[in-house]
Amino acid sequence: MSALTITYAILFYAATAILVIGVGRKIFIYARTPAPLKIPTTPAPLTKTGVVWRMLKEVTVFESLFKSNKWIWIFGWLFHAALFLVLFRHIRYFTEPVWTLVALAQPFGKYAAFGMLAGLGGLWARRILVDRVRYISSASDHFILILLLAIAASGVVMKFIPAAHTDIIALKAFFLGLMYFDLQPLPGDPVLLIHLALVAALMIIFPISKLLHAPGVFFSPTRNQVDNAREHRHVAGWTAAETPGKP
Amino acid sequence: MADFEIPALKEYPVIPPVKVGTMAHSKPFVAKPEHQAGVGYPGELVDNWEEKAVTRLGELVKGSRALQVFLDSCVKCGACTDKCHYYLGTSDPKNMPVARQDLLRKVYRRHYTFAGKLFGALGMPGLVGAADMTKEVLDDWYSYFHQCSQCRRCSVFCPYGIDTAEISMAAREVMDSVGLGQKYCNEILGKVHKIGNNLGLPEPALVDTLEGLEEDVKDDTGVDVRFPVDQKGADVLLVTPSADFFAEPHIDGLIGYAKVFHQAGISWTLSSYASEAANFSMFIGSGDNLKSTAMRIRQAALDLGVKRIVVGECGHAWRVAYSFWNTLIGPFDFLDPKYPVPQHICEVTYDLLQRGALKIDKEANDHRRITFHDSCNVSRASRMGNIPGGQFIIPREIIKSVANHYFDMPANTIHESTYCCGGGGGLLTDDLMELRIKGALPRMEALQQVVEENDVNYLCAICAICKSQFTKVLPYYKFPMDMIGSLHQLVSTAIQLK
Ligand code: HEM
Ligand code: HEM
Ligand code: SF4
Ligand code: SF4
Repeated sequence: MSALTITYAILFYAATAILVIGVGRKIFIYARTPAPLKIPTTPAPLTKTGVVWRMLKEVTVFESLFKSNKWIWIFGWLFHAALFLVLFRHIRYFTEPVWTLVALAQPFGKYAAFGMLAGLGGLWARRILVDRVRYISSASDHFILILLLAIAASGVVMKFIPAAHTDIIALKAFFLGLMYFDLQPLPGDPVLLIHLALVAALMIIFPISKLLHAPGVFFSPTRNQVDNAREHRHVAGWTAAETPGKP
Repeated sequence: MADFEIPALKEYPVIPPVKVGTMAHSKPFVAKPEHQAGVGYPGELVDNWEEKAVTRLGELVKGSRALQVFLDSCVKCGACTDKCHYYLGTSDPKNMPVARQDLLRKVYRRHYTFAGKLFGALGMPGLVGAADMTKEVLDDWYSYFHQCSQCRRCSVFCPYGIDTAEISMAAREVMDSVGLGQKYCNEILGKVHKIGNNLGLPEPALVDTLEGLEEDVKDDTGVDVRFPVDQKGADVLLVTPSADFFAEPHIDGLIGYAKVFHQAGISWTLSSYASEAANFSMFIGSGDNLKSTAMRIRQAALDLGVKRIVVGECGHAWRVAYSFWNTLIGPFDFLDPKYPVPQHICEVTYDLLQRGALKIDKEANDHRRITFHDSCNVSRASRMGNIPGGQFIIPREIIKSVANHYFDMPANTIHESTYCCGGGGGLLTDDLMELRIKGALPRMEALQQVVEENDVNYLCAICAICKSQFTKVLPYYKFPMDMIGSLHQLVSTAIQLK
């Protein structure tokens, strides 16, 4: 096995472990941390079903963001929808046989990359051009956008520039090999190596960065609490510590 | 007048460009040791405060899912940056909700995240938005966490519902715990603990005031409307902000409640022990004070043997009552289960109007052209009635049933998008006058529109803080001071007692 293959194999094992353990730990912390008081942002749903519907709208169409700012919404939604399609298409590298749905998404899904680039470009432009957003941006905010842009760009180069095509069959063998602990050689195309290194970097920073918004949104008490404070007595954390005596 | 510029009202509201540091000088008076003692905090900045502040912050985050999620999840998308009335009124970028959060988030990131610890150790914490707890940071906290009225407007517009109010409360608790408190809130809370209300009005003075009111109403209407105190066995315990007992225009609202109870034949009472609905503990993020202050009301209800608890016109008090009472001082199994606990006075009046139990002459309000200011805590942190958004419908329906001329302000300034009056969240103090005037700008612009288009001359509110704040700031914007009034003043005018 070449040094390259071994290096990337170690890199991906490590990145996967960091991603899974890191995000899993955060989810565990979010779930375990008490919400001592009822703080839904009202008007809020009065039932659990209502809350599920509210949350569904938040994560699929970014409802609050839509009310808030149409430009961020357009770029942000375009980026996330495209990202979703791209990742969905990528499932083919990790499954044999390829799932029918993933196969069906291939022909049009490949253009999603341009949606990603456009969305990310728009978000970055706002970060640089709008004085308020520029003020709140730190280096890491720019870095994440650049990282995602670079991943998408390297992907596009592989996909749409014939000279940079990579050997998909061999690549797939490498990743299936990783999954079944049966190491296979990784093709050495430079663009692919860049793409993969950047992806590993993304996986590593995920649990220690603002990318935690993805699991975080589901735990946000202002969005996931039912508005039933009068009907149901809610106690948790310090409010559960002691209850007042009965008359 | 003031030694700063009063913002001009523009025809179309604009988002101002960032002007760094314009409000860095704004700081409320610091609590003296005796004020701190009254709420159980150290009297002055303790030794090792940096370390203790960081420790306290960690404890708070550990105990609050909201803080935990909010501090991790902000993506700096910028959607909230133009949503805060204090930013719109001052142009100071640290008044953008996300920037305000970042003042605390950077300390959290430095001490409680891997990225912050790593880059902190390398001497470059700023690269990942982290910073040490220093005197400059503390000064910024004291300044800018007292430029947040905890109105939650930002939380409506954030894609993850990040509520800067929660962060401000936590920051104030951390500051209090190391001995840096705000005089206004802490002094007032001390009075509630000691005397029973924010004003420090002792029982005899309260009884006196209420007897005076009975005479006034008698002179006015010829009817004996009672204002009972400590009446054992009454059906309803009314808990209302103490401003209702003597401040203008609040007092006309109190008269309104009394007339409603009188005509509906509901026996009611105030309590001299719990003569205050306000609970400023929420503003300073203190769980202990929140609970002990609320507990007075449970005690009063038990002592007086009432069947229902009704809360008067007050925004944050209604939030505490509606959202927190059941948690803090429930269960209320000793009260009549036919009624929600607590009930808002507007819910009571609305039900009575629906049932035709009140005799109303709408023409009596014909000289008034009315608009309604949705108070933050009622709009975004509570409910009335049994459908979401009842808190918007019920007050408006009451107004429309007692008056003929009603007009809403522009849609993006009412309901859950309402703009704060500029004085909520423990900022209703003269040492923050500049902030209060500038923060009122978006509301004043919206008001201007209905004044010009509909000749509105009555700004109706259901919050004691809003009423006091508007009384102060309306003149700065060239509106008459007495434009502001209670909702139950309108009811009081229209109700026909004989
Ligand atoms: C449950 C899944 C997710 C939801 C609901 C979600 C939602 C959002 C929303 C509402 C925003 C703010 C608007 C915007 O700037 O686009 C945002 C920003 C962002 N999201 Fe997500 N997201 C999710 C998953 C992800 C994932 C998996 C990634 C990356 C691998 C990601 C990367 C980003 C980035 C980088 C930003 C900041 C963009 C900027 O700098 O302006 N998101 N997300
Ligand atoms: C281990 C994980 C990944 C592997 C093995 C991988 C591999 C590849 C390969 C081989 C291509 C070229 C496709 C072709 O030539 O037909 C590609 C394209 C692309 N990749 Fe990845 N990639 C991974 C993760 C990601 C991630 C996390 C993102 C986004 C954040 C991403 C974004 C893209 C994009 C936008 C393209 C171009 C359009 C497309 O083919 O869909 N990739 N990737
Ligand atoms: S809207 Fe929410 S996520 Fe976006 S910058 Fe503001 S607080 Fe952060
Ligand atoms: S809670 Fe209100 S005052 Fe505080 S930052 Fe948000 S919008 Fe501004």
